[in-house]
Amino acid sequence: MSVDTILSFEEAMEKYDPVLGFEVHVELNTKSKMFSSAPNVFGDEPNTNVNEVCLGLPGVLPVLNKKAVESSILIGLALNCKIAEHCTFARKQYFYPDTPKNFQTSQYEDPICYDGWIDIELADGTVFRVEIERAHMEEDAGKLTHMGGSTGRIQGADFSLVDYNRSGVPLVEIVTKPIEGAGSRAPELAKAYVAAIREIVKNLGVSDARMERGNVRCDANVSLRPYGQEKFGTRTETKNVNSLRAVENAVKFEIQRHGAVLDSGVKIIQETRHWHEDTKSTTSGRPKSDADDYRYFPEPDLVPIVTTALWVEQLRSRLPEPPAARRKRLQADWGYTDMEFRDVVNAGLMDEIEETVTAGASAAAARKWWMGEIARRAKLADVDPAALGVSPAVVVEIEKLIASGAINDKLARQVLDGVLDGEGTPAEVVEKRGLAVVSDDGALQSAIDEALAAQPDVADKIRGGKVQAVGAIVGGVMKVTRGQADPGRVRELILATLGVEG
Amino acid sequence: MNAHELIRSSAAVMAAKLASGEITSVELVQAHLDRIAAVDGGDRGVNAFLHVNTEEALAVAADVDARRARGGSDARELHELAGVPIAVKDLIVTIGQPTTAGSKILEGWMSPYDATVVKKLRAARMPILGKTNLDEFAMGSSTEHSAYGPTRNPWDLDRIPGGSGGGSAAAVAAFEAPLALGTDTGGSIRQPGAVTGTVGVKPTYGAVSRYGAIAMASSLDQIGPVSRTVLDSALLQEVIGGHDPQDSTSLTDPSTGLADAARLGNVKGMKIGIIKELHGEGYQAGVENRFNESLELLRGAGAEIVEVSCPNFGYALGAYYLIMPSEASSNLAKFDGVRFGMRKLPAEGPPTIERVMAATRAAGFGDEVKRRIILGTYALSAGYYDAYYGSAQKVRTLIQRDFAAAFAQVDVLISPTSPTTAFKLGEKLNDPLAMYLNDVATIPANLAGVPGLTLPGGLADEDGLPVGIQLLAPAREDARLYRVGAVLESLLEAQWGGPILDQAPALAQTAAKEAK
Amino acid sequence: MAAINREQVAHLATLAHIEMSDDELDRMATELAVIVDSVKSVSEAAGDDVPATSHPIPLTNVMRDDVVGHVLTAEEALSGAPDAQDGRFKVPAILEES
Ligand SMILES: [Mg+2]
Ligand SMILES: [Zn+2]
Repeated sequence: MSVDTILSFEEAMEKYDPVLGFEVHVELNTKSKMFSSAPNVFGDEPNTNVNEVCLGLPGVLPVLNKKAVESSILIGLALNCKIAEHCTFARKQYFYPDTPKNFQTSQYEDPICYDGWIDIELADGTVFRVEIERAHMEEDAGKLTHMGGSTGRIQGADFSLVDYNRSGVPLVEIVTKPIEGAGSRAPELAKAYVAAIREIVKNLGVSDARMERGNVRCDANVSLRPYGQEKFGTRTETKNVNSLRAVENAVKFEIQRHGAVLDSGVKIIQETRHWHEDTKSTTSGRPKSDADDYRYFPEPDLVPIVTTALWVEQLRSRLPEPPAARRKRLQADWGYTDMEFRDVVNAGLMDEIEETVTAGASAAAARKWWMGEIARRAKLADVDPAALGVSPAVVVEIEKLIASGAINDKLARQVLDGVLDGEGTPAEVVEKRGLAVVSDDGALQSAIDEALAAQPDVADKIRGGKVQAVGAIVGGVMKVTRGQADPGRVRELILATLGVEG
Repeated sequence: MNAHELIRSSAAVMAAKLASGEITSVELVQAHLDRIAAVDGGDRGVNAFLHVNTEEALAVAADVDARRARGGSDARELHELAGVPIAVKDLIVTIGQPTTAGSKILEGWMSPYDATVVKKLRAARMPILGKTNLDEFAMGSSTEHSAYGPTRNPWDLDRIPGGSGGGSAAAVAAFEAPLALGTDTGGSIRQPGAVTGTVGVKPTYGAVSRYGAIAMASSLDQIGPVSRTVLDSALLQEVIGGHDPQDSTSLTDPSTGLADAARLGNVKGMKIGIIKELHGEGYQAGVENRFNESLELLRGAGAEIVEVSCPNFGYALGAYYLIMPSEASSNLAKFDGVRFGMRKLPAEGPPTIERVMAATRAAGFGDEVKRRIILGTYALSAGYYDAYYGSAQKVRTLIQRDFAAAFAQVDVLISPTSPTTAFKLGEKLNDPLAMYLNDVATIPANLAGVPGLTLPGGLADEDGLPVGIQLLAPAREDARLYRVGAVLESLLEAQWGGPILDQAPALAQTAAKEAK
Repeated sequence: MAAINREQVAHLATLAHIEMSDDELDRMATELAVIVDSVKSVSEAAGDDVPATSHPIPLTNVMRDDVVGHVLTAEEALSGAPDAQDGRFKVPAILEES
């Protein structure tokens, strides 16, 4: 595998104008598959979520999932698309072992959604409009695992194993029109675009939108042309860019690589490229050729979909608030600074904080817990904070316990640990671990008497007016009570015991 | 009448004798198994069956007998055809019996699911005698393109039984089964029916679920009944028909009252149209004679016979031989040696998956299948789609318009089913075009989705072989076919002194067919 | 429409994943030329104003509710497989060399 020479990004941008294009595949979170009633579930044992239809056994026929159609229309509406009044399915034919019928049932001439747009807000607030060419319905393929060789990659593998659990999972493929004019912001725009699509489908509730699980997958098209030239350069399509950072990096790398190729006077080959996270570079895949004759034709086993205005408007009425509007509203409601809010968004905790606030916590407290202790523990556990296992209700309950004086901040952290260890609700953890603040003055008094007796010289100092020495006695009491006393109250009681004014 | 005599009667008669207790289902099934053993095997056997389902058929029969013996609701709830055995074309998947589609590529494959029509047969408790021979993947008009040897025509063992459903038609003609299921993409039920002197019906597209029929051309395929009488086909279509949520092209409102229509059988005041383009030149003289006699009989029974023109039917064969291979090339892509069926390693070179797929398909498919896959791949490929596949789909619109215009004038249409009687085995094997011409009269119905029925119209003077008469009705008017068909059938029986099949030569005992 | 030639058949056989010997390619080209010639009149049959019919009986909006139905066990799913390992279908290497 030869390493490509690349230009610096700055040099490439000086000479060439990038044009982008994206095909984003979104897996819908329907209960069953696109054309079969087998379950659409991630992560189960291989080939256990299949039936004869998604295995493509002889004689089977597809039947379309209505929820998947409605989810597709919702995505189209959220992307400001037109919804086709009449559309059909087509067979896209190619042989590959992850494709059980050796054709993918997709849409070709008449996608269900077309001609839309989405405004992408870049970090500095610039808004960039991306035009959507189409969003069409299709089915996912199975999953290949390449065995033998050293890397688990397809290259050098001795054989491959196929799991068809994912075969037939409903997909919506969102295709942009060529994106011109992004200039040096192309990589940033690429990342922001995919992030926006992810947010939209998650907000719609039609996809789990987890990129690490492949729920949202991006193919990035990049071409360069000299400034001033109208005609697009030859493009490459980089596959397998499955994180937001990777999208940004892959676009950047391809711009740099194209620049070097064009500089050397060589033509860009139209081909698919593969993104490698380890080397942060792309390698050549398959060149586009005559072999890419997909022989599309209308799927005879499925009948056309006709959308009525009534149906589409009913779906439109189900559209949630658009993500950008929602973000503006939430920031205003919560009173977060721009930086605080951006951190929350980047941590993927907006939903959690919203739920926590709705459940009764203050916006400040919600942020303090999610961005603080919960995020810290999630980082240690190497999971998303949202996936750590703390519910908004837990945060609210802990906050209430603090407010009532039942626990203090330090104890609250122990309560959180207890909840994460599965010891029950915060109240139950307090009970089981005996974490309640000791507020019984009688119990405290004996601890204080004990501490004073243990350190008579310190007691004398305090009596003598050195009030700051009280800290040593407070420490002793806290130790005896294992941190469960309110230090302020302990201090008061010590001074009262010694008859000293605080 | 004992069971061995009873196998020559109609399914309706068998059903009546079962209901009256005159005979048991076990006796009836055993008599058919004996007949299969007697005439189906060996070098000169009919070879209608690829698999004989002895144990299960007898078990189902015994269960029916037990229910009937118990009486009460168990007996009352039995379907009219319960205990009457049936054969199933080996293109239709069955749990517990291999399904080969007549191809080596599926040799030994066992489906983990039942076709919808098979579920319905099981629900009606009809014992399945076995799986019948066919042209590989239903591609052919002679059953010579089976990977498991040709089926022979019971009328003349040196002749073809038609195709692709030659096995189902021959089984019924040879009294190996009273009923069978076929599939009809361009005539594969009707043309074998014509050349074996049996009845066969291609229902309206969508009237019978295709779920579990291994697809050749999805927009043309249709499962239908094969029998010896019109009433029997009507009874069987009532068992297998109806809406199926697993088939998106299944009708929610198919034709009903089929058996009643067959029993009613009245053509008085009906208008019957002769299709100008579907007789005359290119049709064997004996076929024309029998066709004309049928018209006379119908006229005598009170029908008005008029001539209609379907000017675009001349393009039907061409359109069919573009649409059918196109869809077939796609439907057969799944046979690749990955998930089921045969796998073959390439003779030389590295065994990559692409090369294994190509070697598997080279070894597993016969010549006719390859021919159609390549033709279909061509018709769909970049640069040719519009001229071929696209144009053919437009012709389909023209054919539908021709039918619509014709049915605006008449109630049913009539034609010979096949231009000729059964030809000799091997005669057209190396001339695909000549083979394709056998379907010239049956194809328009598939392109338009309308129902078609064939019934025996007597024997041709020149060769003494059966001639088929085809009736066509508008979509969802399957009942009309049974109504007219039953009248013509009884008129012909009167003329020929009994069922046409009674004139078939007795079959010699052959080497016994082993239950495979 | 040009007659179909051997090179075309070879390309089509590649697309269709059917291995063919030189003899087969020659034979297939000859046979297909005859068939293609016999069907070519189809392209002149209908004018531009004639719509295509892809389904013989027009139906629309046939959909099912999003309800989970039956599944096969992995054992059933793999029961017909030419080769399997660890509950999955086993296929030869996809790429030619390492
Ligand atoms: Mg794509
Ligand atoms: Zn796609």
